[in-house]
Amino acid sequence: MTRVLLVARRELSAYLRSPLGYMVAAAALLIEGLIYMGVLGSGQRLSSDVLRWFFDVSSWTTMIISLILSMRLLAGEREHGTLVLLRTAPIHDGEIIAGKFLAAFGLLAIITALTVHMPLLIFVNGKVSVGHIAVGYAGVLLLGAASLAVGLFASALASSQIIAVILGAVILGTMLVQWQVARVTEPPINTFLNALALIYPVNQVGFMKGVLRLENVVYYVAITYFFLLAATHTLKARRWR
Amino acid sequence: MIEINELYKVYGDRKAIGPLSFSIEVGEVVGLLGLNGAGKTTTLRVLACDLLPSSGRVLVDGFDVVDDPHEVRARIGYLPDRPPLYEEMSVRAYLHFTARLRGMDGAAADRRVPETLELTQLQEVAGDPIASLSHGFKQRVGIAQAIIHRPRLLVLDEPISGLDPVQIVEMRELLRSLKGEHTIVLSSHILSEISETCDRILVIRNGEIGAQGTPEELSTKLLTGVRVEITVRSGEDGARALEMLREVEGVTAVAPLAGSDAPGELTLRVDAGRDVRPELCAALVRGGVGLLELKRSERELESVFLRLAGSGAAEGGAPPTREPQAKAPARRAGANGGRRAAGASGAASPEQSGEEEREGET
Repeated sequence: MTRVLLVARRELSAYLRSPLGYMVAAAALLIEGLIYMGVLGSGQRLSSDVLRWFFDVSSWTTMIISLILSMRLLAGEREHGTLVLLRTAPIHDGEIIAGKFLAAFGLLAIITALTVHMPLLIFVNGKVSVGHIAVGYAGVLLLGAASLAVGLFASALASSQIIAVILGAVILGTMLVQWQVARVTEPPINTFLNALALIYPVNQVGFMKGVLRLENVVYYVAITYFFLLAATHTLKARRWR
Repeated sequence: MIEINELYKVYGDRKAIGPLSFSIEVGEVVGLLGLNGAGKTTTLRVLACDLLPSSGRVLVDGFDVVDDPHEVRARIGYLPDRPPLYEEMSVRAYLHFTARLRGMDGAAADRRVPETLELTQLQEVAGDPIASLSHGFKQRVGIAQAIIHRPRLLVLDEPISGLDPVQIVEMRELLRSLKGEHTIVLSSHILSEISETCDRILVIRNGEIGAQGTPEELSTKLLTGVRVEITVRSGEDGARALEMLREVEGVTAVAPLAGSDAPGELTLRVDAGRDVRPELCAALVRGGVGLLELKRSERELESVFLRLAGSGAAEGGAPPTREPQAKAPARRAGANGGRRAAGASGAASPEQSGEEEREGET
């Protein structure tokens, strides 16, 4: 665990020392703020609808942030020739992956926390439950963790950051559009596709509405675990070449 | 310290190394010498547990690199050909991180970092970001991260590559200072550099050991005689010197060295079956020739290297250039020097490859 935290701390410090972390945070806050202001200014709405809109927008920006943050984690190190330092140190591949995931997730959590003033603005002219806000953020962070894991897997596979981000986008995109495919298929295939879809119509929508369901939590935890495991085995497999 | 037995590394249909077998004793400083692509880096990466072997057995301090990679990694300090540096970190922070990564606790790392900074003479840049350092300093930081945890074995891939002459001298001194405390394996494609620092040289050719021994042993095995370069005043002195040197006993060939003369000077290349420098010097002084310089040719080392590492390439590639006028001394040298041989494995016979090299080099 010490080495996981060691890797995580160095990685987080690298994010904070480079412009990338700040640029991603600034861009995300700007986009979310603009869209949110657009929603608020588009006429009268129920407070809970505004909050659902906010978490819908947050889900998309979090996914994109996760992809950008994760692309450098392994592919970037490979490009700069520093991955060999970790690979030749007495540390397991799983510890490297866990450390890097923790760092990126920590930064993602910080960026997400910076948006908390937006849902709180609803209290000025409306009323929502704090529970709805908390569940919505839990959903965004779980989605972020899953997206980071996908991005980390792509970063483990790719030799460059550009390829990593494209590969990650393809995987996430496939998981996103499954629900559209489900609409034109018959049961039980459409049920299966809907259950695996990343945001709509099941897994994230509950969080957006403030409804916490165990199966949705398990879904994101399972996706995260699966792709972190795949990233670990990819890192191991690359020792053959 | 290291036992490598029948090691192979294969990428698809292409063999990178193998069969490779050698052993290295504790405290030895061993150089892997070979052309680019000969398999040096692959061998070192396998030793450092960065790459898994296709077959064969590699033991470091009794631990197998496949079965016990963590034990091996804990005993190794590895500097790849491109130092693995986090450039946004300061030198001190980076070394602290690498010490912790190799299993030292915080207090031990706090004590060890200043020692390592002193050993590698990095104190003056300890607080600087690595990105701002020169190539020579970065290479030192690379060495520092490799020795920070006091590994029993140091694996250094081309540590002198890309350094300027001053940095090369400094790096050589640093490597010498590390002798004794560590067993060192380093790679290079420059024989003169590797012979300066290593007790023993393993020549890798096409992924196999082509020859091994001390630098002196390899030179003795592969050089048929001695080559000396003499610089005299040009004009009448030059012509007389040419005549006098040919008459010295043991000299097999004398010829002007093309393209190396300063105005008013003439450089002659003398080949001899033995070291005849005192006789050459005496002859020139006796004859009143204005002798400006007399030295053993540095090209001897190049000859050895080309013979050891390059003949494989020559066998498979274009034949070396031949110049007819060089044939006579080469044949004489071959006839005199039956010692040439051994060492380099060979599809071509040692005599044959030696002749090719000598002729091509002229």
